Amino acid sequence: MEELVKLLDKNGLVFAFLVVGIIMYAAYVISKKLTKSTIPGAAIAISIGLVLAYYGGNKGIASVPAFSGMALLGGSMLRDFAIVGTAMGASYTEIKKTGLVGLLCLLVGTVIAFFVGGSIGYAMGYTDAKSFATIGAGACTFIVGPVTGGAVGAGSDVIAISIAIGVIKSIVVAIATPFVAKSLQINNPQTAMIFGGLVGSTSGVSAGLAATDVKLVPYGALTATFHTAVGCLLCPSVLYFIVDYFL
Amino acid sequence: MKIYGVAILAACFLIGHIIGDALGRVFHLNGNLGGVGFAMLLLILLNDYGKKKNILKHETESGILFWSTMYIPVVVAMSATQNVKAALSGGWVAILAGILATAACYALIPVFSKMAKSKK
Repeated sequence: MEELVKLLDKNGLVFAFLVVGIIMYAAYVISKKLTKSTIPGAAIAISIGLVLAYYGGNKGIASVPAFSGMALLGGSMLRDFAIVGTAMGASYTEIKKTGLVGLLCLLVGTVIAFFVGGSIGYAMGYTDAKSFATIGAGACTFIVGPVTGGAVGAGSDVIAISIAIGVIKSIVVAIATPFVAKSLQINNPQTAMIFGGLVGSTSGVSAGLAATDVKLVPYGALTATFHTAVGCLLCPSVLYFIVDYFL
Repeated sequence: MKIYGVAILAACFLIGHIIGDALGRVFHLNGNLGGVGFAMLLLILLNDYGKKKNILKHETESGILFWSTMYIPVVVAMSATQNVKAALSGGWVAILAGILATAACYALIPVFSKMAKSKK
């Protein structure tokens, strides 16, 4: 047993690939079989990750011997690298077609989510600027939260809250979208792009639109991808400075 | 070759981080300001340029796409390595902020749809 732990620790990153692969498989099976794909597999996988982290230490599951490689796979270097890669899913010419309204959606969606999320955190005791910014950024997407938290130097507990907010948001978006699509008239590419830009959770938006009308998925996902970029750009900079000035 | 795509991605990543770091220094902050965002914008523009000039090979592209599909697994690993125990003390923050922030964004959809329509 001790030998095995040593071997797994030594080959930490490779073992982490295996562990995450198993988590992803389990999550997608649960998503399909138990929730009929209403809750996105990605959201379930992240929730499983958070549950596993609960049973670990202050570095989550990476505090457990043999699982140290998870800290490398989930560390900021590979995380940011993969996130930048997602920009391949967005095309500049498509963005231009939506025009200024699309751009405005991205900005307003980010700012609204940031201040609504941050204010709730503030009301519940997270009153310093770093926590406000990180929690507010988490209300944009579960990626913007940790990126912002890392940039402004927030604590790991606050970063974990920001991920949890982003996960809850993606679950809410995935489940609620088919039910509100009619009254909000999410039935054409333009509204789908506005929806993606304002709401911004890529996994939630793509799952929600898939349950509404599959044809709308690329349009919503396109702006939603940009939402993360705009959030990563604005939350740790301009929005953080505004919050820092007032708190 | 796929490695060309990975290398392009790495270049965008590093340039983005250099810009973000420089910005961080300008604002006297111990961190990277929007480096990821700059890197994404750079990759989007490069991708657009490459497609227009038809110089982006499918193999090169698939090197980048591999990493883009890895982002959910990486985020799963990231959430598995967070200090969740400490975060749970603020559990209601996550639930309330998640739901209310989403509701606020939903409420604005009709406003922008009208704006987009009136522009036409």
